[in-house]
Amino acid sequence: MARITAGITSSHIPALGAAFDLGKTQDPYWKPIFDDYEWVKSWIKEEKPDAIILVYNDHASAFDMNIIPTFAIGCAEEFKPADEGWGPRPVPVVKGHPDLAWHIAQSCILDEFDMTIINKMEVDHGLTVPLSMMFGKVDEWPVKVVPVPVNVVTYPVPSGNRCWLLGEAIRRAVESYPEDLNVQIWGTGGMSHQLQGPRAGLVNKEFDLAFMNDLVTNPERLRRMPHIEYLREAGSEGIELVMWLIMRGALGDNVEELHRFYHIPASNTALGHLVLKSNP
Amino acid sequence: MTTPRIDIHEYLAAFEDIPGTRVFTAQRARKGYWLNQFCMSLMKHENRERFKKDERAYLDEWPMTEAQKQAVLNRDYNAAIDEGGNIYFLAKLFSTDGKSFQYAAGTMTGMTQEEYAQMMLQGGRSPEGWRSIKEGR
Repeated sequence: MARITAGITSSHIPALGAAFDLGKTQDPYWKPIFDDYEWVKSWIKEEKPDAIILVYNDHASAFDMNIIPTFAIGCAEEFKPADEGWGPRPVPVVKGHPDLAWHIAQSCILDEFDMTIINKMEVDHGLTVPLSMMFGKVDEWPVKVVPVPVNVVTYPVPSGNRCWLLGEAIRRAVESYPEDLNVQIWGTGGMSHQLQGPRAGLVNKEFDLAFMNDLVTNPERLRRMPHIEYLREAGSEGIELVMWLIMRGALGDNVEELHRFYHIPASNTALGHLVLKSNP
Repeated sequence: MTTPRIDIHEYLAAFEDIPGTRVFTAQRARKGYWLNQFCMSLMKHENRERFKKDERAYLDEWPMTEAQKQAVLNRDYNAAIDEGGNIYFLAKLFSTDGKSFQYAAGTMTGMTQEEYAQMMLQGGRSPEGWRSIKEGR
C-alpha cells in the first residue's frame, strides 16, 4: 500500500530559480536561504521518496485565459519546463507517475472532487523551483512527480476548507493505491507577498508566523479563514497559502514538525519552509 | 434548496476596500482578456523577436484597446492592471525586457528600484494602514 509519509511547504519564487541557475546561491543575499535548505536536502536523501504530489500554481504558463481549472492533476509520462519569457530553466524534464496520478484522479472524482485531468502540460517555476531547492543540481530528478496545479490567480480561488478537504481525499486515494510507495506531498508558494499596485512589497511577519504555527497545531482556524483576510493581511499574492492546506489536509491529524525556516526577503516575498512528518 | 455559504456580492465588494490593490476578479479577467493573451504570446522566442523589432506593429495585430496598448508601450504596469492585466501575464512582458518581478513590482509603488529593494531588505511594507480604506487601518 502507498503511504503519504511527509509534507513540505516551500516558496517557489522565480528569483530563487534564477539564483540557483546562475550560480548565485552563495551571494550574501541568497546564502541564508540556500544554507537552510541544506537540511531538507540531506533529510530527503535519507527518506528517498518514490513520488511527490506537488501542489503549486501555474503562473500563466500552461494555462492562459482560455482554460482556468480550479484543481487539476498532471497524468502525463513527463512534463517539460516552460519558457516563461527568458527561455526554459536549464533543469531536467520532470518525470510523471501516470499510474499513481490516474489513480488519484479517479479516486478523487469518485470522492466528489472533480479534478481536471491534464495529459500534456509544461511546468513553470511554481513546480521546478521547489524541486531544485530540495534536490539541488541533478542530471535527472530522483523522484517521480504528480503535479497538482491549483488556480490561485483568477477569483474566486478555492476556499481554504475546500483545499483541506481535497488534501484528505488525496490521502484516501494514495492509501488505496496497491503498490508500496513512499509518497510525499508538497504545498508551495507564499508566504505574505504582493506583486502589484502601490501596495506592492507588503510583508506581514506576524501573520506568517501564526500561519506556520497553526498549520502544525491548530489548522481548524486556517480552514475557516476567508479570502479577504489573506488579501488584507498577506497581500494579493499571499493567497497562494491556501495550497499549503491541501498539503496539511493530506497529512492526517497527527503531524510532527521536523524543520522550520522563515526568512525576509526573498525578492518580493517572505519565505516560509516547513518539513512535517505524518504519523500514523 | 440550500443558501450559498458566501454572499457573492459582499465577497466581491470587499475586494474594492483594499488600498493600492486590484484583485483579479472575473470582471477584470474579461476586460483584460486580449491584453493577457498578447502577453502569453511572448512565451515564444520568435514572437519576442517580432515584438522587440516593432512593438506597435506587433500590438496592432491584437484586438486590444488603445489604452491597453499604451500601457504596454509605456511599461506602465499600474495602468496595465487597471485595464485588466494580471501580473503573472504581464510577467511575460517584463521578462522579455530582461526585468525581474522585483523591478516590475517596484515601478508600481512610485519608489525607485533602490528604495524598493531597500524596503524589502528592511522587512517589506508593513500592512499597517494598508488593510482597509473604509476602516482606515
